[in-house]
Amino acid sequence: MSEGEMARLMEEVEEKKKLIANIRNKPWRMKRRLEHLKDAQQFVDKFEGALGKGKGRKLYAYKVMMTKKWIKFQRDFENFKTACIPWERKIKEVESHFGSSVASYFIFLRWMYGMNLVLFGLTFGLVVIPELLMGLPYGTIPRKTVPRAEQDTAMDYSVLMDFNGYCKYSVLFYGYYNSQRTIGFLKFRLPLSYLMVGLGTFGYSLMVVIRTMARNADVGGGDGEDGEFTFAWKMFTSWDYLIGNSETADNKYASITTSFKESIVDEQENQKDENIHLRRFLRVLANVMIICSLGGSGYLIYFVVKRSQDFATRDDLSWYEKNEVEIVMSLLGLVCPPLFETIAELEDYHPRIALKWQLGRIFALFLGNLYTFLFALFDEVNAKLEEEDSIKNATIWAMKEYYANFTAYNNDSSATAPPINPADIIRGPCWETTVGIEFVKLTVSDIQVTYLTILIGDFLRAVIVRFLNYCWCWDLEAGFPSYAEFDISGNVLGLVFNQGMIWMGAFYAPGLVGINVLRLLTSMYYQCWAVMSCNVPHERVFKASKSNNFYMGLLLLILFLSLLPVVYTIMSLPPSFDCGPFSGKGKMFDVISETIDLDLPAFMGTLFSYAANPGLIIPAVLLMVLAIYYLNSVSEAYINSNNELKKKMQMQRDEEKNRRNNTNSTNQVMKDLEDLLPNRSLAPKAPAESSADNDQGGKPAKVTGKPGTAATGVNLQKDVSLASPNPRIAVTHPPGPRGPGPLPGAETSRSRGRAQPSRN
Amino acid sequence: MGNKQTIFTDEQLDAYQDCTFFTRKEILRLHGRYHELAPHLVPMDYTNDPDVKVPLALIVNMPELKENPFRNRIVESFSEDGEGNLSFNEFVDMFSVLSETAPRELKAIYAFKIYDFNTDNFICMEDLEKTLNRLTKEELTPEEVKLVCEKSIEEADLDGDSKLSFADFENMISRAPDFLSTFHIRI
Repeated sequence: MSEGEMARLMEEVEEKKKLIANIRNKPWRMKRRLEHLKDAQQFVDKFEGALGKGKGRKLYAYKVMMTKKWIKFQRDFENFKTACIPWERKIKEVESHFGSSVASYFIFLRWMYGMNLVLFGLTFGLVVIPELLMGLPYGTIPRKTVPRAEQDTAMDYSVLMDFNGYCKYSVLFYGYYNSQRTIGFLKFRLPLSYLMVGLGTFGYSLMVVIRTMARNADVGGGDGEDGEFTFAWKMFTSWDYLIGNSETADNKYASITTSFKESIVDEQENQKDENIHLRRFLRVLANVMIICSLGGSGYLIYFVVKRSQDFATRDDLSWYEKNEVEIVMSLLGLVCPPLFETIAELEDYHPRIALKWQLGRIFALFLGNLYTFLFALFDEVNAKLEEEDSIKNATIWAMKEYYANFTAYNNDSSATAPPINPADIIRGPCWETTVGIEFVKLTVSDIQVTYLTILIGDFLRAVIVRFLNYCWCWDLEAGFPSYAEFDISGNVLGLVFNQGMIWMGAFYAPGLVGINVLRLLTSMYYQCWAVMSCNVPHERVFKASKSNNFYMGLLLLILFLSLLPVVYTIMSLPPSFDCGPFSGKGKMFDVISETIDLDLPAFMGTLFSYAANPGLIIPAVLLMVLAIYYLNSVSEAYINSNNELKKKMQMQRDEEKNRRNNTNSTNQVMKDLEDLLPNRSLAPKAPAESSADNDQGGKPAKVTGKPGTAATGVNLQKDVSLASPNPRIAVTHPPGPRGPGPLPGAETSRSRGRAQPSRN
Repeated sequence: MGNKQTIFTDEQLDAYQDCTFFTRKEILRLHGRYHELAPHLVPMDYTNDPDVKVPLALIVNMPELKENPFRNRIVESFSEDGEGNLSFNEFVDMFSVLSETAPRELKAIYAFKIYDFNTDNFICMEDLEKTLNRLTKEELTPEEVKLVCEKSIEEADLDGDSKLSFADFENMISRAPDFLSTFHIRI
């Protein structure tokens, strides 16, 4: 076979292979697809062998075999992955009863569970298990032992619930980990691993969130402006094919009918603005009230955290005083959103816009609360850092005292003093563990509040409505309380903020990720049960479209906002001197430079020091800024050209329609152009005016040269005038009134329905 | 678990996997559902490709389709004889197109076929009126129905022939944000 034939054959084989890969996307009948598939596969098998002759035959055959094995492996892996996806039946049941928007919350929950499972694997596999297996056991060194003063109460239930006692000195928190550079016979570098896992958590989460956002944006269907295809979209995309339950179907029919009636009413009358000043005033008033309440809640949290610092010095605290901060934060999260909704009634927005405002305000509330909490926590950390200095000196002094006393009592100077029992050594305040404990307490109380709310707000309400209905004056099911609807946005926001707290706290409390995994698992079952037994489908369905990416965008924002405090503390605060994997170092990231110096070959150290040179970093940053600017301007140019094309298409469509319907042009530009055409009735008949005529004559010829115009209205007079000898004579007198000669495009040839020229 | 199933040969399962958006396990499950619809009609052994069709009335009673106002049209669009009698190939094809991973273009083609009640490859006024009446269970007055159908054609019709060709329909539905999430059946 010649070279050309080989190349052609190879091309055909490639085509057949592409067909096989894309055959499921073709809109054919199944039988036809199967036949084509079989033909294509036979062709590929037959000729792949033939192509293998000649040079490189063995390599080609090997490549082909490896590709086949790879395809088979991919297929098996896909099968395995699909079999591993949990809760498919449950979600389908929820979908068939409530439609796709409620089910989207559960799909989001499942996705979060997957991400947290990976983070849990990372943290436990690389940090907790090595410390448990290869590190020193409990009780050997001070940081792993409960101090003597606390030992009596260390096992009490109330102490454990506060995450003090044995809980505090366990793998759950930062303070337990030893700062030994390598542990065990595998020389596992625990401090380095701790830092890397902490940063890797953020890196992995970032990657996963952005990948999901990109995938959602792809599927999002481009940029349909709201209102472009209102009725058509309502007609063809309002029925949810997932519905499989007759009650839900009835609800859906009712809501579709209502939605059509509303659109018809909107179409038929123009909304008159009754009193725009009153509306504006009310809106400003509502916003002022909401800002006041946001400020109030922030101040309340700050006040409560400051109070808890005073409480920490006292010992006789009631349960409420101990958990005041968490209770206040959860209550605010419960009470404020309905408050915002009531205030928003003043504003009188369209429901879709009102929903967006509501989501934005809840977001601001949660963010404000979280950051106020963080700032108050920082104050506490700083106080602890000062305390640490004094304790450090006290510890060293106490050790010296101990040895001095020992040699004083035993005159035998060769005996060495027995080591102090770890429980007796004076301990530093260990601010990192305190921060970890705060976050864990916050998460736990958030879980408790959420579950209690569902129990009381949904379940108890449903029980009351169902059973009290028999002996109540009005119909509870249709009237006031009725059954609750599932609050999608509230639940999704709660999930997103919970994840933000986990990200913030995971560095200081490695056990927090495990607690979150358990929480998500139980949430799935609990909320599925609650939704199926206590909730009813929504009455009004006005999904905020593209909401999937909206929630992912929120998650991304929260990720950045949780990254900031952690990175700040790693970079600038000194670690405690006697607890955690970085004790004794000046800054937490010193462990990296230590690793580079001691573990990596010498040239890597010099390489890193070159890379860290500001002379290299500043140009790199500058380059990135320029790249961003360039990409921005390119994308703006694309958007502009997109809009131009759209306008052109629209114009063509309109002209087509008008041509078909033989009506006048509705395009304003075309109308204006036609008005600019000269009025032939004003042209002077006499040839003396032919010079003036020439100037006029030139124009109509150009104008009638428009595409699509049947130029049958050209009159001979124009030809004569064009051939006139001296068209550039200065016009010495204005053109006189023109006689009723044949005008271009006059009552004769009606080509494109142009406007009648004015007759005088 | 294990691979010892005798319903299909391995080549058949691989071919189905290439031609649809389903995995092996899902195809076997689909066969189970198909068999349930008419246990006396549908054989358990498909290795020699039997020519068996399940009638429309049985398919339309599946829980996934029971409440759908367009269930008859859906099944008819995927059947070769246009009457709604589906062979197993067509059954799998139907659920594959309506699955989550099918692309937008493919779904648009079949959506067009479903809403085209008189199968003349155009969605005309009568088709739209029938669609609307099914969607609202005839709760709208005839004037309202007429208004909505006229507005829909006005919005989507590009070539001005007062009915929607496939190009018009596709242009309109490709921008719809909810199309992919609503035109989806999970099985």
